[in-house]
Amino acid sequence: MNYDLVIVGGGPAGLAAAIAAKDNGIDSILIIERDRELGGILNQCIHNGFGLHTFKEELTGPEYASRFIAQVEERGIEYKLNTMVMDIANDKTVTAMNSTDGMFTVQAKAVVLAMGCRERSRGALNIPGYRPAGIFSAGTAQRLVNIEGYMPGRRVVILGSGDIGLIMARRMTLEGAKVLAVAELMPYSGGLKRNIVQCLDDFDIPLYLSHTVVDIQGKERVEGITIAEVGPDRKPIPGTEIHYDCDTLLLSCGLLPENELSKTAGVELSPITSGPVVNDSLETNIPGVFACGNVLHVHDLVDFVSQEATNAGKNAAKFIKEGEQKTSKEIEILPVDGVRYTVPKYVRPEVMDDTLTVRFRVGQVFKGCAIATYFGDELISKRKRPVMAPGEMEQVVLKKSQLAEYPDIKNITIKIEEA
Amino acid sequence: MYDVAIVGAGVVGSAIARELAKFKVSACVIEKDEDVCNGTSKANSAIVHAGFDAKPGTLKAKLNVRGNEMMDELSKELDFPFKRNGSLVVCTKDQDPALLDELVEKAKANGVEVQILERDELIKMEPNLADDVVKALYAPTGAIVCPFHLTMALAENAADNGVEFFLNTEVTKIEKKDDRYVISTDKDTIEAKTVVNAAGVYADKFNNMVSEHKLEIIARRGQYMLLDKDAGSHVSRTIFQLPSKMGKGVLVTPTVHGNLLVGPTAEDIDDKEGVNTTAEGLGSLAATSAQSVKNVPMRQVITSFAGLRAHEVNGDFVIGEAEDAPGFFNAAGIESPGLSSAPAIGEMVASQVAEKLGLEKNPNFNGKRKGILNPATLSIEERNELIKKQPAYGNIICRCEMVTEGEILDAIHRTLGARSLDGVKRRTRAGMGRCQAGFCSPKTMEILEREVPMSMFDVTKNGKDAKIVFGYNKKI
Repeated sequence: MNYDLVIVGGGPAGLAAAIAAKDNGIDSILIIERDRELGGILNQCIHNGFGLHTFKEELTGPEYASRFIAQVEERGIEYKLNTMVMDIANDKTVTAMNSTDGMFTVQAKAVVLAMGCRERSRGALNIPGYRPAGIFSAGTAQRLVNIEGYMPGRRVVILGSGDIGLIMARRMTLEGAKVLAVAELMPYSGGLKRNIVQCLDDFDIPLYLSHTVVDIQGKERVEGITIAEVGPDRKPIPGTEIHYDCDTLLLSCGLLPENELSKTAGVELSPITSGPVVNDSLETNIPGVFACGNVLHVHDLVDFVSQEATNAGKNAAKFIKEGEQKTSKEIEILPVDGVRYTVPKYVRPEVMDDTLTVRFRVGQVFKGCAIATYFGDELISKRKRPVMAPGEMEQVVLKKSQLAEYPDIKNITIKIEEA
Repeated sequence: MYDVAIVGAGVVGSAIARELAKFKVSACVIEKDEDVCNGTSKANSAIVHAGFDAKPGTLKAKLNVRGNEMMDELSKELDFPFKRNGSLVVCTKDQDPALLDELVEKAKANGVEVQILERDELIKMEPNLADDVVKALYAPTGAIVCPFHLTMALAENAADNGVEFFLNTEVTKIEKKDDRYVISTDKDTIEAKTVVNAAGVYADKFNNMVSEHKLEIIARRGQYMLLDKDAGSHVSRTIFQLPSKMGKGVLVTPTVHGNLLVGPTAEDIDDKEGVNTTAEGLGSLAATSAQSVKNVPMRQVITSFAGLRAHEVNGDFVIGEAEDAPGFFNAAGIESPGLSSAPAIGEMVASQVAEKLGLEKNPNFNGKRKGILNPATLSIEERNELIKKQPAYGNIICRCEMVTEGEILDAIHRTLGARSLDGVKRRTRAGMGRCQAGFCSPKTMEILEREVPMSMFDVTKNGKDAKIVFGYNKKI
């Protein structure tokens, strides 16, 4: 089998990338999706709040996904459902498997990685205690409730204030459960401000910052959870324990880009994001292999995923039509002073688009500070931000015309400074 | 009335059951949990010890060496993962190398092949040994095994040869009445001419019901961390530490499935169900393991767990007919090297029982058992042939371990099949990978509901009240 473009994953990133590639002149496209329908994790996100940037209206996750799925269908883009990609080789042969075709290999000219992410598990968090039933990642609970229609708990404690955990605090409450508390290890929430207000405050669910779970009781089903305050070293402080009689612990403690396939393909990964290292085309170290969405770095808003994936799709189309972009210069973007990483990491001033959105996260809460951009040592822009938090992605827009005025710089620095 | 009733379907009870099936016998195994391999057998180091460590002359020494010898053939007959990866006991510069020499002496007495290797040689074998390691004892016959598959294979093969298994059945009382033992359970009462006590940490309780030679079994907890397969090649042999002032030390070993395992701690506890991990216990593993192996990537831990060793206070296995309770056979105090010794314990106890009852050989015994097919071991052509015949083998359910629906169906429908998420997990590895069942558990629940069949509200993690969901939305 041969396709110009293979897109691994039919969630929001894969769909937007496919549409953009088609609109940029590529007809031979295959989306490979492991689940039984397109749309990815959006299908279980039945709450609203999606699409404010893209469509200027508030949609639910399935509605947002359906708009992209409709565009894929209109364009006649091929896709295979219930199909697992087993391997991606660095020559862009993709091996996949399903029940009807068996194992098959597709030779692609370009590949877009759009596999999404997974949730950090209890084991990875090293929470001590028993291992009874009733411990779920928030996303697993969300699938059980919103897709399957089953309630995984009656009395619930949530560890981690990531967005899925906050959304599930509200959902579990609406479906008849009692959510007793949300504990967050860090002194700030990992989720969006609007979710704290709409999902916790509106339902009188307490949020304990700088708290973690120190014990899980119950040998068969969860019977109780003990949380405790943590000090600046994030270690529990004896004497601060709060006990809850409950049957369920939900975990919303971070998302990890799912890059096992990228790794075996030889894609270089960032130790900070756990996603591929990419240039301004969202191209990885393997020419013709692009990445977008949560497999690249974890996003808060699907609108930004769609924007990013549109770029990946467009750039993949360009690669298929024109081959590898030859350029003499690649500038590294350095994240310093509170900026944890940037996507992309490299900019090629000669071949980049007229503007480039550089996305990043900060490492702590900053109040009344500014985002400063330097070309070499020269301050180019400084934008004041009243509040910045790790839970909300930030961005800087670079202009090709402006970069052209600095032909000799070795790098670009983005940092947080006093306003 | 049964000829033999075995209490406990762990690795020891299952091994005895299979060895007994080689005779013409009516036998049953009574297990309080919903599945075989649910106690000590499921949470341990998964090591087949070479046998140099046990004190010469003890049952531990004799049965460890014999059990180790039996494993190659057994793994072929019963189709379970087993690998002779060799083991090292490392000595650091602050430790007394004479302790290694003592082990060499013990190895000689036990008939186990070992050699002492110096650092330059060791580092070629295991580049990640700690910088302080100066020499080590190398035992090429040290091995690793999958304890779930070993136990299940033994139990399935015993069942296929006519041994009955009563799962979810808890023994509450054992009494001698005339020529028989009357075994009360939370279900039916079972009568048998002889009883085999393979009840793990509870073996003292049952022995003490019928014998004046009291046993005392202490639950000695061991906590472990299991690391991602990415870390699985950090060492290729099992790395033990020399016992020191700091305690017995912990081991670092690859598993037969390619993960890395670090542990155990050793804490005597009062609760015989106390399989909880603790912050101190888990916290200690990083520092202790670093004394023998450097740079263990603790960030790649995917799960942690604790198991209980059944430590009898006198220190050796307690095996054989109780002196004052004819027909009551103990297989008690089976702590390390219990997993390694299990096949040999099976042989020993079965022959004692057979002699007691005057059992004849069973000419129809079939010792072969086929494990659950792992399609990843097939060529692409074979795999496609399989998928054509059984499309479920083309449907991946667990994306981390790449487990197909076909394997899960096999796990459910085979002898002593899986009835819970853990049952499926231990048989197929679905849910044992890096996401720890986040993605596959709703799908596995659906398969259990359809195939067992059972109500979604009765699907459990591991039996009893370990329910996963309570009701439909808004109806709880």
